[in-house]
Formats: sequence, structure tokens, C-alpha cells
Amino acid sequence: MNHWPFVIAAYAVTLSGTGGLLLWSWAAMRRAERKGEELKR
Amino acid sequence: MHIYANPTRFLKIARPLTAWLGWSGLALIALGPGWGLLFGPSDYLQGDSVRIMYVHVPAAWLGMAGWTGIAAASLAHLVWRHPLAGIAARAIAVPGALFTAICLVTGSLWGRPTWGTYWEWDGRMTSMLILLFLYIGYIALADADRERGGTGRIAAIFGLVGAINIPVIRFSVNWWNTLHQGQSISFTGGGSSIDSSMLWPLFGSALGFSLLFGAIVLMRMRAMLARQKIEARLRRLGA
Repeated sequence: MNHWPFVIAAYAVTLSGTGGLLLWSWAAMRRAERKGEELKR
Repeated sequence: MHIYANPTRFLKIARPLTAWLGWSGLALIALGPGWGLLFGPSDYLQGDSVRIMYVHVPAAWLGMAGWTGIAAASLAHLVWRHPLAGIAARAIAVPGALFTAICLVTGSLWGRPTWGTYWEWDGRMTSMLILLFLYIGYIALADADRERGGTGRIAAIFGLVGAINIPVIRFSVNWWNTLHQGQSISFTGGGSSIDSSMLWPLFGSALGFSLLFGAIVLMRMRAMLARQKIEARLRRLGA
């Protein structure tokens, strides 16, 4: 049995999941902090 | 711990720390799993599927460490009423759930070529699946409690009670006859059964994902604190 499709699928799931959450968290933080700054002015 | 109870003081430290943890985590992930995938040796028994270890083991560690963090923050919230503890617990829940799900998916993908099956209802896999359900329950409970203007007490109690599952996961391979392999790495003098050519990239990978986990938690805490500030200011303006 060729193991590589399983290896590639495992890395794809991990990297897309982690990268997606990282970008989502960063965007949510930037949006909230920017809105807070705008409201302060 | 109470030094950081002041959100302004916490943010002063969290802002530079977020970038530092994020970038160093990404660099280590490129080195650890990257090296494991492209240059690491294949196993004499498991072949190339052993490369899944570099993403599966850190995900399992972070799934369990995440709930341990929720339990510690819940204790601080209930006992000392630490103002940031509830926020920290809620910030940990989503990345903790994600890494638990990644652990289950990558474990299944590792299981198919090595055990001949994607899933088996054995102690380790079942207790890890229960952890994912606990995370989902915690996220739903904490969100509902917050929307109803609660103090976060119910979610904190749930966070503490759910911690019972952590030693069950840890010792499941000893307590029951499982398909999942036993402990391969020991810090208590038992030695490791993994060769150093695989062990060092694994440590790099675990550290890299842990640093990135820390950066994500800080980002989520900063977003929650900013939203709290906005809500308070809007309430003041409306009054």
C-alpha cells in the first residue's frame, strides 16, 4: 500500500486547519481593536 | 498571577508577545514537520506513514494541554475571581477543539495503512473523541452563558469537571488493552523508544505548534477584551 496519500492528507488537514484558525483569529483581533480605536476618537 | 489581572497591563505584554510567539511558531513548524515530511527517515515497520507522527503527536498534546489550561483558568475564575481567567478559558476552547479534531483525523489517516482500519472503539481513541465533544459542549455553554449576561460560573464548573477525562486519555493505553500503541516518550527516566533522528524534529514540531497555539490564544483574548471595551463604551454612550 502506498502511504504517501495518507501522509499528504494528514499534513493538508493540519496545515489548512491551523492556518485557517490563525488567519481568522488575527482578522477578528484586528477588526475588534480597530473598532475600539475608532470609537475612542 | 494577579499582577496580570489588570487588562491594560496584560495587553502591554500580550501585544509584543503575540507576534513573537506567532513568528517563532511558524518558523519551527516549517523546520520540524517540514524536515520530517521531506528528509526524515521512514520507519522499518510503519514505512512512510510514520511521518504523520510530526503533526499527530503535537495535535494530541495540544488537545490535552488545552483542556488542562481551561481547567486551570476555570479554577482561577472560581476561586480567585481573576478577571482574565474566564476570557483565557474561552480563548483556549476553539484552538483546543481544533487540535483535538486534527488529532482524531490524522490518527485515522495513520491508522488505515498501519492497522488496516480508520477507526476502532478503543480506550485512547474513544476518550479523545469524548474530549472533542467536551470542547464543543464547553464552547456552546460559555457562549450561551455570555449571551445571557452570566458570570461564566457554569462554564468554569464544566471546565473543571471535564478535566477528569485528561488522566483517562493519558493512562488509557495502560488501563485497557488498546490498538493504540503505548507511551513512546518518557521524561521520567524510562527512556524513549523513538530514534533521535525522529525525536528532535518531533520536539521542534511540538514546540512550534505550542507557540502558535499561544499566539492564537493571545489573539482571541485581545479580540474579546476589545469587544468588551466597545460594549462598555456603547453602554456608557447610550446611558
